[in-house]
Amino acid sequence: MAILITPETKILVQGITGDFGGRHARLSLDYGTKVVAGVTPGKGGQVFEHEQHRVPIFNSVHEAVAATRATVSVVFVPPPFAGDAILEGVDAGLDLVVAITEGIPVRDMIRVKRAIAGSKTRLLGPNCPGVVTPGTGPQSTGGCRIGIAPGYIHRKGHVGVVSRSGTLTYEAVYQLTTRNIGQSTCVGIGGDPVNGTSHLDVIRMFNADPETHGIILIGEIGGNAEVEAARWIKTNVRKPVAGFIAGATAPAGRRMGHAGAIVGGAEDTAAAKIAVFKECGIEVAATPSDMADALLRAAKAKGITLG
Amino acid sequence: MNIHEYQAKALFEKYGVPVPKGAPAKTHEEFVTALAQLPEGPTMVKSQIHAGGRGKGTFTNGFKGGVKFCKTKAEARDIAAKMLGNTLVTVQTGPAGRKVQTVYFTTASDIKKEYYLAILLDRASSRPVIVASTEGGMEIEKVAHETPEKIFKVLVDPAYGLADFQVRQLIAGLGLNAAEAKGAAKLIRNLYGMFWETDAAMIEVNPLITTPSGEVLALDAKVSFDSNALFRHPGISALRDLNEEDPKEIEASKFNLSYIALDGNIACLVNGAGLAMSTMDIIKHYGGNPANFLDVGGGATKEQVVAAFKIILGDANVKGIFVNIFGGIMDCNVIATGIVEAVREVGLKLPLVVRLEGNNVAAGKATLGSSGLTIVSGDTMADAAQKIVKLVA
Repeated sequence: MAILITPETKILVQGITGDFGGRHARLSLDYGTKVVAGVTPGKGGQVFEHEQHRVPIFNSVHEAVAATRATVSVVFVPPPFAGDAILEGVDAGLDLVVAITEGIPVRDMIRVKRAIAGSKTRLLGPNCPGVVTPGTGPQSTGGCRIGIAPGYIHRKGHVGVVSRSGTLTYEAVYQLTTRNIGQSTCVGIGGDPVNGTSHLDVIRMFNADPETHGIILIGEIGGNAEVEAARWIKTNVRKPVAGFIAGATAPAGRRMGHAGAIVGGAEDTAAAKIAVFKECGIEVAATPSDMADALLRAAKAKGITLG
Repeated sequence: MNIHEYQAKALFEKYGVPVPKGAPAKTHEEFVTALAQLPEGPTMVKSQIHAGGRGKGTFTNGFKGGVKFCKTKAEARDIAAKMLGNTLVTVQTGPAGRKVQTVYFTTASDIKKEYYLAILLDRASSRPVIVASTEGGMEIEKVAHETPEKIFKVLVDPAYGLADFQVRQLIAGLGLNAAEAKGAAKLIRNLYGMFWETDAAMIEVNPLITTPSGEVLALDAKVSFDSNALFRHPGISALRDLNEEDPKEIEASKFNLSYIALDGNIACLVNGAGLAMSTMDIIKHYGGNPANFLDVGGGATKEQVVAAFKIILGDANVKGIFVNIFGGIMDCNVIATGIVEAVREVGLKLPLVVRLEGNNVAAGKATLGSSGLTIVSGDTMADAAQKIVKLVA
């Protein structure tokens, strides 16, 4: 098993006819992911072709789901329309909507989050790299890649990675893979202040997943999501956990690229979060180059082998 | 995006939030026309810059105070002449200060008591939160730390909007009397309406005041907007004041680069916000000082890399450059070609350390190696960071 998605998961791509959505749909198909439908309003009936693949395009998510039984959507729709695209996926009863789009207005996300409360759909993102469950083929192909992460750096195994940042996730995954340590699932929750899935949500799933034996938790300045996750880990998680917080040198009050990465008060600085990590038994990576090694230290301390 | 107090107060008036009568002026000639709109009597003169701490600030010409009380309009005009065109240094501007390009005259109000009122996003609940306090005119962070019982909050359900009972809760918390309560209720409702309709990121009124005659007024106004939502508010976009922004950050935004100047001497060029932040951190970890945050984004082009080099070299403090790229999907060779081109174009003399990893990395490293340029290669982030720190020291 893995969390959120498996190599059998059928996915549809909202915005498959755009450059960005199309490019990543092709990369997912190459990875072996079951991309079964595309959705672009007004382009229903067309076909998205890539090598031997012929992916039908529908006008709506509802039509795509009825015809293909897709259970997960990935959203590449431009920011002004992305909130609506997410709601459409929720209304169609999908299990998971992964929103890649960067730059969705906060007000739209406040409304979306309120609208989806209590629904069966989980939202991942927005402004996230997506989620990868590596496969058993060469360069981890045969897995499920949803979003924009490079599939080839992964390796199937037992470490779960959760992060707000795309490139930092890749950094951690690459460090693991080059040490012959594979991953169960790698999840990017996104860099926006209002998002669908929190660090804690993902940590709970990793904790419950028997295939996940160790966890890397990557956070950054701003908000208290990492602190919330750390406190839960302290009381509930027996698996080894390594953590890293980006933004120790960020000046207060400035937004560091991610809309959510801004230091507001004393509680959401890197130093405050690192202190909580340590207090909660999380092995802290001193630098981003130390993430995989930090997990190895945590595993060794618990007598667990991850490779 | 931040706006000036006078712009925020014009929006307040539009949304039915009472403010003291006021008028801005950008030239000495406009002092006369602006003051003509106000009644004779006590007048405030307020320097318009985006930074806080104006009242306790000092001008570089020695004049003290960016916000001044004047007994008459004539005095206000003299004081305004000392502010306009001069540079104001406050705790928030840094030592360079900001040039005052607009002054704002307002009628001075009789103050019975000062309060605090703000609306912003509560990240934990993903809802707007209205924060009110009986301790106005002070730093709210200090109040939150020392006397948290004096702060009242209501979370607004976006499905229903601000409820009447929540407005009553806030007013009860502030301890307003019956006469004041009516005006305060209207003010809070209208301020929330403005927050929601304009896609504001934050509205802060500090202080909100009551007057002896029972009025409730927003004496100050600090408003910022969600930059991602400006596409639906052209009128608000037009309020952007480029004089308040770092020219290098404006130039970077033209190339879709996210750049923030810092005060160190090692410039960074990185793909991805998280990696860019961590690159600054790792420089610091090994004893160096980052000169900037620069995220070239996930799909960087040669043109962007060249533009990025020019921007970071525009900072005279820079003594070395650290390029850190994890090209997951993006082709490392495209980046390498961009780096070589940029180094040649700008005639770079400073030490340059490049750490490339990911897609097509062998070709990228070969391009750097065969360029004939002095480019130091780093194998990992840690290795590269140590090399640039050593080269700059």
